[in-house]
Amino acid sequence: MIQQSSTSAAQAGGVAAPPPTGTVRLTINGQQHTLQIAPWTTLLDALREYVHLTGTKKGCDHGQCGACTVLVNGKRINSCLSLAVMHEDHDITTIEGLGSQENLHPLQQAFIDHDAFQCGYCTPGQICSAQGLINEGRAHTEEEIKEHMSGNLCRCGAYAGILNAVKEVVDSKSSESRR
Amino acid sequence: MSTTNYIGKPTSRVDGPAKVTGAATYAAEFHVPNMAYGWVVSSPIAKGRITKVHADEVLAIPGVLEVFSHENVPGLAWFDRNYKDDVAPGGSPFRPLHEDKIKFNQQPIALVVAETLELARYASSVLRIDYEEEAHETDIEAKRDEGFEPGRGKSGWMPPPPPRGNPDQAWEEAEHHIEHEYVHGAQHHNPMEMYGATVEWRGDKKLTVYDKTQGVVNVQNYLTKIFGLSKDDCRVINQYMGGGFGSGLRPQYSVFLAVLASLELKRSVRVTLTRQQMFSFGHRPHTLQYVKLGTNPDGTLAAIQHHALHETSQFEEYTENVVNWSGMLYQCENVKLGYQLAKLDVFTPQDMRAPGAATGSFALEVAMDEMAAAAGIDPIDFRIRNYAEEDQNAGKPFSSKRLRDCYHQGAAKFGWDQRNPQPRSMRKGNRLVGYGMAGGVWDATQKKAAAKATLTADGKLLVSSATADIGTGTYTIMTQIAAETLGLPLEAVTFKLGDTDMPEAPVQGGSWTAASVGSAVKSVCEAIGEKLLKLAQKMEGSPLKGASIDEVEFVNGQIRLRQDPDNAVVIRDVLQASGETKLETDTSATPNLLKQATHSMHSHNAVFVEVEVDEEFGTVHVTRVLNAVAAGRILNPKTARSQVLGSIVWGISMALMEETVMDHQFGRYMNHNYSEYHIPVQADINDIEVLFVEEEDDVVNPLGVKGVGEIGLLGVAAAITNAVYHATGKRVRDLPIYLDKLL
Ligand code: FES
Ligand code: FES
Repeated sequence: MIQQSSTSAAQAGGVAAPPPTGTVRLTINGQQHTLQIAPWTTLLDALREYVHLTGTKKGCDHGQCGACTVLVNGKRINSCLSLAVMHEDHDITTIEGLGSQENLHPLQQAFIDHDAFQCGYCTPGQICSAQGLINEGRAHTEEEIKEHMSGNLCRCGAYAGILNAVKEVVDSKSSESRR
Repeated sequence: MSTTNYIGKPTSRVDGPAKVTGAATYAAEFHVPNMAYGWVVSSPIAKGRITKVHADEVLAIPGVLEVFSHENVPGLAWFDRNYKDDVAPGGSPFRPLHEDKIKFNQQPIALVVAETLELARYASSVLRIDYEEEAHETDIEAKRDEGFEPGRGKSGWMPPPPPRGNPDQAWEEAEHHIEHEYVHGAQHHNPMEMYGATVEWRGDKKLTVYDKTQGVVNVQNYLTKIFGLSKDDCRVINQYMGGGFGSGLRPQYSVFLAVLASLELKRSVRVTLTRQQMFSFGHRPHTLQYVKLGTNPDGTLAAIQHHALHETSQFEEYTENVVNWSGMLYQCENVKLGYQLAKLDVFTPQDMRAPGAATGSFALEVAMDEMAAAAGIDPIDFRIRNYAEEDQNAGKPFSSKRLRDCYHQGAAKFGWDQRNPQPRSMRKGNRLVGYGMAGGVWDATQKKAAAKATLTADGKLLVSSATADIGTGTYTIMTQIAAETLGLPLEAVTFKLGDTDMPEAPVQGGSWTAASVGSAVKSVCEAIGEKLLKLAQKMEGSPLKGASIDEVEFVNGQIRLRQDPDNAVVIRDVLQASGETKLETDTSATPNLLKQATHSMHSHNAVFVEVEVDEEFGTVHVTRVLNAVAAGRILNPKTARSQVLGSIVWGISMALMEETVMDHQFGRYMNHNYSEYHIPVQADINDIEVLFVEEEDDVVNPLGVKGVGEIGLLGVAAAITNAVYHATGKRVRDLPIYLDKLL
């Protein structure tokens, strides 16, 4: 819920002042955060600039690159295309919530093993997207993974490694579920 | 058996865990207290004058702190030389917010600073600015006849060598000859991370600048010269970089503006660019090339002529080596090379991965394919018949060159013998299949670089140098070199970079980091080794007494006699026995010019491509690429392979997708975003592979490494173009190969 804060939407010399900020409560990686932000602050900017969880990256701010992919209730979304205020009742998982350097998530380990990145800037988005893909349960073959990972650009061109890393984890998951 | 020999072994990135967990912090991500946000306003016109900035209107919005523009920017350094960064081309560098003149579209003309990102962005969107427009020219086609030969270019640029032999007559009299024009439009680097800087105000004009750059030292020099800061007060840091590809060689206006605002407002400021603004600075220039080739009856080249004309800005003469390669890749006695620039109302182009060579090798290598076809010779056979045993431009032998092995091994692995030479002769269902090949050459360069090493009593080694890792693997290979040189386990070694408090290193470019910083790391570790040996010899009953440094080796955490490895001392014990808490030294490595002066030093490659072209739709699928690379010693096959794989993706992009489209009516790039500036996605990439043909080379540098950041791009676009010809019988000479060119 947005609550009106004390500053009013005053007219400023012919230029309208923007709407006031309000309180937004977000649950990120299992932790509660209370933020004082504008109603038009994106989830991406809320994460990066207000919660200081900078693992989620900004590559375009327009839903064109996938660098900002996070999981909302287990579903992958472009956090730059979504406003923070829309997610008050949701479970938000970012790359920081998937694993840590001491305790890597299987996808994180697979990305290292397959050298699935160079600069690493698209990587958190790729990994969150891959987790979202696994949650969707629809990609099994290489062709399917390629298609459904195509919303995440990698300018370094690490696609071969990314495919192998995701495939390895997808395969291990499906052999687990067969057991 | 030794376990500390890491050089040449596939090694996972040591910075991997930080990158996959989001712990790696990039320039615009540093959290500093009391920070304001700056948002850049870009010019909507290509040429003219700003008549008024209505700053007062947005300053009235609560939370907006300042609007910086030429109207209020304080007097900064006056001379051009203050604005010249270490890799600037000739001419007069662009000065942000310096004057009312607009010289190119999207020129930064104001910076709005506010308490929050949202406010700064909003205020910049409603800031009114009045202009007076002037006529502009952004089309190189209109300047075909106004090309000029550049004066002094940027460092590393060589004017084409003078003609040799009798190229005109030889071409006329050749048994077979071809002549064609080859074109590609402007391309933008578009690294995933957008440019940005976080400037931390530490009080009293003291700044820590976190900036996205391929060279912290270059940025520090630039900032201190312009803003009159001492180096101690202007520390520049960049530990992780979300891609560069050349775009971060020169300091960007984002860091200039962030520092300006920080000094004026006396507080910390962050400025990040938008994806649209990533098209507002350097690019690979739109280039027109003309190539004439002729052959003798025996299939040797009778003549090579190659001329290039590309754009530059009105204020700087950007130069790159486009045509010179054509005088050295093949043996030919009659060669004429020409190179010209044309001034347009655009920002100065900038080095973009294999600058010049990516452009030149496209034209030369497609022309070579056309020539081979005209002469009825297999394209590989044609290249081998014209193999250059020495660099005829320089009149020097190569320090090493295994390009012939790239041809042979690559062709065998690819299955070139399955190719029916006849175009349109191979198909799979409704898809035409084509095989094509091409190749290229790139410089192997070593620059002066320095490094520092500290070995502590717990046996841990810290090595540092103010270099960069733009995704290339610098962290990892330097750790490998240091660990192997001192015989320490990889886990005991930490390599740090990207901080002007560290010993100086050149910008990361030109594929020279492995050679330059690698040599410095090796030499500083050797210096630590010598100190260690001296201390070891002082130990009671030391088995190393009297041994010279050449008689010992550092392996498995020990110093031991080469002849008698059982006589060994544990490195950790040495420091502890000596009572020293640490050993520390710094040193720099410089190229051995005496050795290098007599040789031409280059990496080479040969690329083999299979395409499938849908006959009805003209869509091109690159189904297989094999890139055979001869680039000296490969320090880390895992990260080196990734660099070449990345280059293959870049080559596919260059051939089929990438082009920044200028609307000349507005003088503005129209597709300035990721959805309309096309680069490959996961689904576009199929079977791509790398083959390293290793070379031994003790001339290039002590490590024998030539660098792999750029060589892999060469020839890829040409090989795809040649494969498309083989599949369809259609020869495309202007990139990218959109489907309409095949229908
Ligand atoms: S930053 Fe969200 S899709 Fe690019
Ligand atoms: S690793 Fe650099 S963009 Fe993907």
